[in-house]
Amino acid sequence: MKMTGARILLECLKQEGVDTVFGYPGGTVINLYDELFSFKDIRHILPRHEQAGVHAADGYARATGRVGVAIATSGPGATNTITGIATAYMDSIPLVVITGQVPTALIGNDAFQEVDIIGITRPCTKHNFLIKDVKEIATIIKKAFYIARTGRPGPVLVDLPKDVQIATTEFSYPDTIELRSYKPTVEGHPKQVEKAVSMLLSAKKPVIYVGGGVILGDAAGELQALAKMLNVPVTTTLMGLGAFPEDDPLALRLLGMHGTYFANMAVTNCDLLVAVGARFDDRVTGKIATFAPHAKIIHVDVDPTSIRKNVRVDLPIVGEVKDVLAKMLKVAEGQSANVSESRKNVEPWLAEISGWKEKHPITYKQTSSTIKPQFVIQKLRELSEPDAIIATDVGQHQMWTAQFFTFTKPRTLLSSGGLGTMGFGLPAAMGAQAAYPGRQVIAICGDGGFQMNMQELATLVQNRLPVKICILNNNFLGMVRQWQELFFEKRYSQTCMELPIDFIKLAEAFGAKGFQATKPDEVETTIKKAFETPGPVIMEFKIAREEKVLPMVPAGASLNEMVLNA
Amino acid sequence: MRHTITVLVENEFGVLSRVAGLFSGRGFNIDSLSVAPTNDESISRMTIVTRGDEQILEQISKQLNKLIDVIKVIDFTGGEAIEREMALIKVTAEESSRAEVLRIADIFRGKIIDVTPKSYTIEVTGAPAKIEAILELLRPLGLKELVRTGPVAIGRGSKGWKG
Repeated sequence: MKMTGARILLECLKQEGVDTVFGYPGGTVINLYDELFSFKDIRHILPRHEQAGVHAADGYARATGRVGVAIATSGPGATNTITGIATAYMDSIPLVVITGQVPTALIGNDAFQEVDIIGITRPCTKHNFLIKDVKEIATIIKKAFYIARTGRPGPVLVDLPKDVQIATTEFSYPDTIELRSYKPTVEGHPKQVEKAVSMLLSAKKPVIYVGGGVILGDAAGELQALAKMLNVPVTTTLMGLGAFPEDDPLALRLLGMHGTYFANMAVTNCDLLVAVGARFDDRVTGKIATFAPHAKIIHVDVDPTSIRKNVRVDLPIVGEVKDVLAKMLKVAEGQSANVSESRKNVEPWLAEISGWKEKHPITYKQTSSTIKPQFVIQKLRELSEPDAIIATDVGQHQMWTAQFFTFTKPRTLLSSGGLGTMGFGLPAAMGAQAAYPGRQVIAICGDGGFQMNMQELATLVQNRLPVKICILNNNFLGMVRQWQELFFEKRYSQTCMELPIDFIKLAEAFGAKGFQATKPDEVETTIKKAFETPGPVIMEFKIAREEKVLPMVPAGASLNEMVLNA
Repeated sequence: MRHTITVLVENEFGVLSRVAGLFSGRGFNIDSLSVAPTNDESISRMTIVTRGDEQILEQISKQLNKLIDVIKVIDFTGGEAIEREMALIKVTAEESSRAEVLRIADIFRGKIIDVTPKSYTIEVTGAPAKIEAILELLRPLGLKELVRTGPVAIGRGSKGWKG
């Protein structure tokens, strides 16, 4: 049967199992939206800004592990998606973003709402396509999803001119796709795996350093089994939080700039560092020259470019982390005598780490007069459901969440790690809630980040997405203020957001509910009220204004040069 | 360290900018780049001359491989490749120097492809060092215009990369 390009696109999405798309109509996708009007197999959510639409698709992808889909029109619609795309690119999130384009005959003519989105998104997508012929739609969409979700995942943009949407052809969706130029290495080399296990078994002070790759690769189970079998402590990056339960005795929790004292000391003193699905970001390593100075480094990653990009590596293993970790487990299982010997040998190391944990736990000073943000985060953990999904913006609240929430399950923290995108939290939470209507989804925001995408309150209300929004309000762009305080003699240049916004009225204006807490003893009741109230709710906490995120490794310093109190 | 890298890519629009954009976006250096389709029309072959230390060259090679349209990356190290470059050189050639220009062109097996009373235009091919050498001799005589293609490279021996 002949179909229009617009219809074919929707059929392709259906074939890929897409149940929800986040999109914004416009002139060059109006034909697509006309088809969507009667296409009942896909739920469409209309955000209030295309950036938020892409973040929502991203949140959907992070929470579910499936490919998120966003649609935008050409020109400004397309350019509004860039921040969302770049955010997903930096964190390796699988997305397919479809943009409308002016008719092929007008491309290059500076037509109304024309922009070279292929050119613009080239550096921030895993790949992108311009579809020039209706006959190409099915194979290109197949390729787009395949590229987005395989190897190191990432966003793929498909630009679809208006006339291609109108043209008709026979539709058939390919079952498989073969790309001669794209063959990611899936399986880890068995010899390298064996070497890795023997290095682990003979190490006296091993540490496993886990990144988002373990979550993206659904390898948390294998990781936990391996760490527990060999008695090896595990530290995670921001993107890796949830891959290893933070309440486990082997958990070193977050490392790096705002990592725990014991994680940073363990990395500085270890004799073997096993990096799994992590990329040695500068926020993690601090000064490269003094990062893990006594350690041999094993690096497991599906992306060969990550290996030796920032640090020297003694043993590289390219492959999907799930495959490599499963193989490592198997090899270790076959050497039970060595394993029990090795477990004994690391005991002094674990004792040393326990000492650090006792000396400098992650903590803060409670007061009775002002609300400490860390206290709010701890209370949120205490009162929320065990499988609650947390989305954050970027800044102090993000780091307090990372330090104090205690994540125990993968895909429960959605945060912009690589790009550090303010305004990410609310729309990402929206995407996760659309995927899991029955789960508790909480957006933790600062007052700055919240204001970057607060229009999405309307989308939440319209689509009955009961996201609970926690605003830690200090009327500051807190993280920048913290840097100004520590490194710029408290010259608070443009970081004060003094305007007293009434977030409660704002919630009401959008048809949501809002509650405020100004004193510590109101925190618990405010959270309970918010959780009990149906629909989207803002809970605003007026927090201590000059509270800092500590410990902190100043930019460019070594991990063991932490500022513990300031 | 100077390296010659051959990149085989899908012959699709936009591939060149993906490759060039990779270099500029990551702060890698391109000395020269030449590109044309191969015997197999669906594949284009690029020859890129670049420089950097070992770690940078490893990244260049890996990052190129990571591009979806890249089929193969071959990094030639010293002596493995035969390199040829073409130059068109317009040089001042008046009465006093015409014979000298001709002699130099002849020594380098260059061809005179255009003649005026005031100039010769020479076509010369060879390894980049040979081009440098002829230029060094011609420069004092008055170089009017110079176009170089940048080298293309092919591996030594009987083994070939199909296409």
